[in-house]
Amino acid sequence: MVREMMKGNEAVAEAAIRAGVAAYFGYPITPQTELLEYMAKRMPELGRAFVQAESELGAINMVYGAACTGQRVMSSSSSPGVSLMMEGISYISGTELPAVLVDVMRGGPGLGNIAPAQGDYNQIVHGGGHGEYHAIVLAPASVQESVDLTVTAFDLAEKYRSVVVILTDGSIGQMMEPCEMPPFKPMKTVFPEWATNGAEGRGKRVLTSINLDPAAQEVTNFRLMRRWQEIEASEVKYKTYYMEDAKFAVTGFGSCGRLALSAVRAARAEGIKVGLIRPITVSPFPVKLFEELSHKLDALLVVEMNNGQMLEDVLLATRHQIPVEFYGRMGGVVPFPDEVLDEIRRVSKGSLDTIGHPRDRWLKRMAQKDL
Amino acid sequence: MPVKGRITVSEVYCKGCELCVSACPQQVLGLASDHITAKGYHPASLIAEGCTGCGICSTVCPEAAITVYREKIVTNRIPA
Amino acid sequence: MVDYDVETETLVYERPDSLTDVSTHYCPGCTHGTAHRLIAEVLDEMQLKANTIGVASVGCSVFAYNYFDFDFVQSPHGRAPALATGIKRVLPNRTVFTYQGDGDMASIGMGEIVHAAARGENITVFFINNTNYGMTGGQMAPTTLPGQKTTSSPNGRDVESQGYPIRVAELISQLDGASYVVRRSLNDPKNIRQAKKAIRTAFEVQQRGLGFSMIEFLSICPTNWGMTPVSALKWLEEKMITYYPLGDYKVHPAIAEIKF
Repeated sequence: MVREMMKGNEAVAEAAIRAGVAAYFGYPITPQTELLEYMAKRMPELGRAFVQAESELGAINMVYGAACTGQRVMSSSSSPGVSLMMEGISYISGTELPAVLVDVMRGGPGLGNIAPAQGDYNQIVHGGGHGEYHAIVLAPASVQESVDLTVTAFDLAEKYRSVVVILTDGSIGQMMEPCEMPPFKPMKTVFPEWATNGAEGRGKRVLTSINLDPAAQEVTNFRLMRRWQEIEASEVKYKTYYMEDAKFAVTGFGSCGRLALSAVRAARAEGIKVGLIRPITVSPFPVKLFEELSHKLDALLVVEMNNGQMLEDVLLATRHQIPVEFYGRMGGVVPFPDEVLDEIRRVSKGSLDTIGHPRDRWLKRMAQKDL
Repeated sequence: MPVKGRITVSEVYCKGCELCVSACPQQVLGLASDHITAKGYHPASLIAEGCTGCGICSTVCPEAAITVYREKIVTNRIPA
Repeated sequence: MVDYDVETETLVYERPDSLTDVSTHYCPGCTHGTAHRLIAEVLDEMQLKANTIGVASVGCSVFAYNYFDFDFVQSPHGRAPALATGIKRVLPNRTVFTYQGDGDMASIGMGEIVHAAARGENITVFFINNTNYGMTGGQMAPTTLPGQKTTSSPNGRDVESQGYPIRVAELISQLDGASYVVRRSLNDPKNIRQAKKAIRTAFEVQQRGLGFSMIEFLSICPTNWGMTPVSALKWLEEKMITYYPLGDYKVHPAIAEIKF
């Protein structure tokens, strides 16, 4: 029951250790380097594996190798480094191995900057690696939630033989908040029947993502898709606030969901009947929820620190039944709750456009602010 | 008297590459011209007397297709 | 007392147990097969079959996992030393090796191999050098010799525009983390026996936790060189050994103690 002030990055590292992670492989990159440094100290203390790899490319492939042994393994990086991991993620997914990856997003594209952003949503949620695979993607909005979702990530990874990504951003990685750590899980002693850990007393096992025969590859592809359907049916997570009598709602994930809550509270104080939906799994996306809400709400306002990426999933889920508006900041700029409050006021006034794309309307409005 | 030896060549693995033919110090190996393996290769085989079971063919064979035997003359003594 | 002579037959050599009963897809005469065979023989002799995890790379040997009778994982192109690092770090008492060709190790994988060696990872790396990219049809490799014709150096490798070959054994031996780095050849019985001894030494190095071991095997590629296997061996002897001298480039002092 002890709560401690911890930095987000370090809290995720400690949570992973409590969850029984056997190996961490990573590479320094701001704003998540503290996770690597924390692991550099703690993992050897506990006799577990730690390697600072030659690059993120090296790191994800070390994760791949260690994951083949059935152990709990992870890596962490930030946007440019995660791009280097895309090949590895595709291979790990194609080989159907569990692995946990933390992406602490920063401004981009390219080298960008080290400020918080959410521009990797498309890369992480809609693939980024080649081929047909889906990662489970969890989006915490606080240090405590980061801790809790880290433990969940390892369980989900093993349950579904899947890559699970904890998608946060520089502000959640760097902020310090009180949090409570889960108890220590014992290290694994029983390993899955597919693990290549040395064939003592059994026949050989091979782990590969190669299927030269297209028919055989398709069997794998269908298996991955059916598994994804299971995940969609069972693992969706989200939080809603003030929705009971809401006329319309704001939606955002991670830091945007969190700062939107401040704006929603301020709007409620002004008498505006607005609610908030904060997806916690952005993959699988809460499609059913948005589908249902598209019959009840007058409008949706999507807020993101990118150019409108979750926006597309909201548009898909609501099937243009209701007006959807968008507010975004990019490049590492974090919106203030005031900006979102202004948007809430604008949306509450009604007479919203339903023609054209919300992104274009947003770009037009931002041009009026010289942006 | 030179040691006598014998080899067998598996037609599952032999690809008729002739590395053994070239390496055999006794030059008793050749490709069987009268038949082919399931993959369509002429397999290596003994084509003359004189194999000593030295094993050099199995040392150079890339497919581990060759099994090598060597004769041993063992003198047994039976008590009268 | 009666003496009588009995002719019995002793088995001098048979196919190693650590190979599966699968006929390889390698071209006739390809020394990949020889290297596979030697590795299997050594693992049999050391009784390490059930303890071993191999890391297959991308190249002609991409299906190596079909030919060895123990656990294997498939690596993306060039990343095998990183996968091997991951496996060995979580399973330090298993025998872990990678098996890589020119493109995989010396081109796309150059970063991974240098750092695995620099870190002194306690793994064994088998490097098959046949001066070209076999699987994809014979393109120029970092090990292609100056003047050598390949499908992407059709006029012969021009060092002005295409650079010089890389001597990988020498390069890796410079790293303090490397313990046993040698170059051998698979071109004749004597060199093949030396190669086998080196494989044995390398696995002994790993068993004793003495650090990173790597063997570069000069090998032939009859198909892409456009030669018969027997003439390919001649080309290796005449052209490759002069550019890539055989020898021991790094031998940790403790290795001298190893007797087997």
